[in-house]
Amino acid sequence: MLNIENVSITFKKGTLDEKKALQNVSLTLEDGDFVTVIGGNGAGKSTLLNIIAGTLKPDEGSVSIDGKDITNIPDYKRASLLGRVFQDPRQGTAADMQIDENLALAKRRGKMHGLAWGITKAERLKYSEMLKEFDLGLENRLTANVGTLSGGQRQAVTLLMATMNSPKVLLLDEHTAALDPKTASKVLSLTDKIVKEGNLTTLMITHNMNDAIRYGNRLIMMSDGKIIFDIKGDEKMKLTVGDLLKKFEESGAEATDKMILSD
Amino acid sequence: MVLASSFIGYLSSFASSLPSVVEQGFIWGIMAIGLYLSYKILDFADLTVDGSFALGGITLAVLMKAGVPVGVAMLVAFGAGLLAGLVTGLLHTFLGIPAILAGILTQIALWSVNLLVSKGLANVGIDIRNQFVLVRSLTDMQKLYSILFLIGFIAAIIGLLYWFFGTEMGSAIRATGSNETMARANGINTTWMKIIALSISNGLVALSGSLSAQFQGSGDINMGKGAIVIGLAAIVIGLAIFKKAKKNFALHLVACVVGATIYYFVYQLVLSLNISTNLFKLLSAAVVAVFLGVPYLRKKINFGKWGKKNA
Repeated sequence: MLNIENVSITFKKGTLDEKKALQNVSLTLEDGDFVTVIGGNGAGKSTLLNIIAGTLKPDEGSVSIDGKDITNIPDYKRASLLGRVFQDPRQGTAADMQIDENLALAKRRGKMHGLAWGITKAERLKYSEMLKEFDLGLENRLTANVGTLSGGQRQAVTLLMATMNSPKVLLLDEHTAALDPKTASKVLSLTDKIVKEGNLTTLMITHNMNDAIRYGNRLIMMSDGKIIFDIKGDEKMKLTVGDLLKKFEESGAEATDKMILSD
Repeated sequence: MVLASSFIGYLSSFASSLPSVVEQGFIWGIMAIGLYLSYKILDFADLTVDGSFALGGITLAVLMKAGVPVGVAMLVAFGAGLLAGLVTGLLHTFLGIPAILAGILTQIALWSVNLLVSKGLANVGIDIRNQFVLVRSLTDMQKLYSILFLIGFIAAIIGLLYWFFGTEMGSAIRATGSNETMARANGINTTWMKIIALSISNGLVALSGSLSAQFQGSGDINMGKGAIVIGLAAIVIGLAIFKKAKKNFALHLVACVVGATIYYFVYQLVLSLNISTNLFKLLSAAVVAVFLGVPYLRKKINFGKWGKKNA
């Protein structure tokens, strides 16, 4: 269970550019919740994810996972609880290292990095099987440097890295936004499959309203550093893009073309 | 006739200097391996090396003058280099000082540290005629032994590094250098990985300095001047020759040694042509600039030709 309580953060405090990125945001995710997050630019979506990941520290409020307060734990120390996939496909993997080496690093997330071998033979076999399920032809290219893969392939590898240890919370920050539509939908359905099979607690930011409605059991809309709409279950199933646009107008935020022109 | 005989004389003098060239190249090859760890693996241009090279040489000379055996003196020199790297690492990570500046600060500080170690002497002699050292070049036999020793020594270093960078810690260091965001997202303490890598790097550079002091029979306050450029030249020359060994880490380290040897070969050539050695640092810098600049220019030209695809 992820618990965010009264989290606030202000950027460039005391300057003309002061921005209240999050204002008293509270959010609780039950185990197995798959939450899609929508909102305009600067609504605070990525800031929220970064606070959960620990790359940003809130000015006020707390973040806890399974009852354990992690607000003051540095990002790399809480990494074992989390899985992250970024918008930029280059961010989630080490380009100069092999596919299997990247996976082996993810496998050791949260463990001491000692002088045991960085990767074993048994692991290689396992990784090859895991990648085979992805059906991207990567299972025969385990020793290729990740830098030689396409954006979609890299996102798939990152997705596997983020989920292979069954994290307490999976954070997806517009992880298909940089891909072409066909690849994006492939990575997205792969995401859905992995999340469902592992019953992973997931927070997925998306610009695409259709995707936000189609995937997950819960949807939140953010605007101006606040959660302005939170809907789940059957109600969410009935949601249309029109409903969401209306909500947007009510909030005074502007929906971008990218959000409307989905699919 | 006169021309021919002078040419033969020139050739023979050049040939007779070759064993020393190889010795020097191998010694600096170890320095280049150390620099490779920071420059290539960590993506950190570490200017500490000018100071840590001299630190290694002076530490060894002072200790040997006091009667300490060469093996122990080299170990202490290595340790001193580790500490120098540690300081740069701490300046960079805990105080947030940019890489280049952190290296410069340590390098400048080491100038004073080196003078403290040498008790103010600019040059500390080693009695290489009477004291046992591992690298010498007074006689041909010594040169041969020195070269054989260096080959074994370098092989051991490369073997150890090859093993280390295959371990969990070594992989974590490589990930830190390749993509820090990814490393941290995967639970790697990138701060310590940088510090560890910089320490090992400077330890090796100091070790190379300690061998250089044995070779020249003294530790000198100036012996590390421009070491970074020599090391970079060795790396870029070596990697250009070993272009096909794209991913083999051990071969990359061998390339550093080959690069350093070629560097000293060219240096000797310049010396024997009676060209002023004062110009050599200029030439070295130019070589490094060309090797680092050409890939960029090539990319830029391709960009113009085929548009975005090759950018």
